[in-house]
Amino acid sequence: MPFIRLYNITTPYCLKNVNLHIRDNELMVIMGFTGAGKSTLLNVIAGLTEYHGEVNFDQKNMNDTPTERRDVGYLLQDIYLFPHLNTFNNIAFGLRAASCPPDKITKKVESILNLLHIGHLKKRYPKDLSGGEKRRVGLARSLVMEPKILLLDEPLASLDPATARNIRREIKALHRRLNLTTLYVTHDFNEAREMADRIVVMINGELKQLGSVQDIFNQPSMAIREFIAAAN
Amino acid sequence: MKRKISTDSLLFLLPIFLFLALWEISGHIAQTPLFPPFSKVVMEFWNLLSKGILLKSLGASLSRVMVGYLLGILAGLFVGILMGLNRVVERSLSPLISMLFPIPTLGWLPLLMLWIGINEALPVTLIFICAFFPVAYNTLTGIKGVNGEYIKAARTLGASTWYTLWHVIIPMASPSIFTGLRLEAGMVWRTVIAAEMFAISTGIGSLLINAETLIRVDIILVCLILLSLMCSSFERIFIWLEHRTTGAWR
Repeated sequence: MPFIRLYNITTPYCLKNVNLHIRDNELMVIMGFTGAGKSTLLNVIAGLTEYHGEVNFDQKNMNDTPTERRDVGYLLQDIYLFPHLNTFNNIAFGLRAASCPPDKITKKVESILNLLHIGHLKKRYPKDLSGGEKRRVGLARSLVMEPKILLLDEPLASLDPATARNIRREIKALHRRLNLTTLYVTHDFNEAREMADRIVVMINGELKQLGSVQDIFNQPSMAIREFIAAAN
Repeated sequence: MKRKISTDSLLFLLPIFLFLALWEISGHIAQTPLFPPFSKVVMEFWNLLSKGILLKSLGASLSRVMVGYLLGILAGLFVGILMGLNRVVERSLSPLISMLFPIPTLGWLPLLMLWIGINEALPVTLIFICAFFPVAYNTLTGIKGVNGEYIKAARTLGASTWYTLWHVIIPMASPSIFTGLRLEAGMVWRTVIAAEMFAISTGIGSLLINAETLIRVDIILVCLILLSLMCSSFERIFIWLEHRTTGAWR
């Protein structure tokens, strides 16, 4: 049963008539060149950009639901941790905005800090965190809200290979453990192969091929063959 | 570390001691009421303090500064936030603020004397003008400087517009807002003194002008030292507040 359904999504200058169904608890990887519309597609799902068409979550039309009520966890490409808040307060931000009781906030934040092994960072400010630590904190900040949908925009960009591998494993484990429906944007073929239940390839704002990892890499369409060749 | 601190203290205090010593010696050599030695100024300070004149004058100036500055800050913050959040308000008010901001605060004095008259409202209004424009301008600059992606991040975390304003936009704009507050903290004292010298019969400015009439240089110097202390104290309060608020994360 698809959890997210996108019908005829079009945005000014970018997406062209995109139709896509993402299954419940699926981890779908979105691949494509820079400017292909990958981030815009995530922004449409999060309600952060204007679009024509229809976005459905669990058979409910979300077009009139503002971002803050879409219940979507979104790790933006550059994370954007709030510089004036330490790790604990960054993670607690959404819970406080939702007027969660303080004892419940502490419990939830401590729990997610432990889950992502970042308890030792809780008093540090973003300026004192490394790239990998910032991504973990950003992920914790999104996950603490217990969203049903998780959007990850190049979550491993500009990380060293060892840190990227560790975070990749953590994301995969969290996705399974928390039963999330996840959209994961990447340029990296190995990352896509390791993470994806299904892969969708976007070129110039259009979906060019959707399929399993085997479909995409073993039976690529002509457009995808060109994409793979250019990327290599 | 301790040695470094004591060296720094010495470098700070030594020129002051040397200056006061030179002043004291020169004053004794000059032997004229136009250039009293430092000890005479200190004695006059205690004299004015014990008679209650100094505290009364300082209280009058301080209350004017506090009321005018507070009102100016509140109005400046309000207008700056409104302009920062709403393009229509920004476009409508920007030309007006650009036109009025460069006018030196004391340039308003003759006009305000005619409009308001010579009363307590005059220095308060002058201080209000002195504080309002820089605070509004720096608040606007600070808010416009907040990267929109932080606002997106807050929205994806379920924050309402008001929550985002109070917990993301204003804290992130606070370094720029504090710059406006700090720059004007000393300026409001200069403004109130000028207003009191020209138009009001109470306060440190009035004491200064009366001392000039009586050729009491020792009282003038007491007032100037007090002014210097008040200006730097006000600036230091805002530096401290800025450090307390933004020091940990900047």
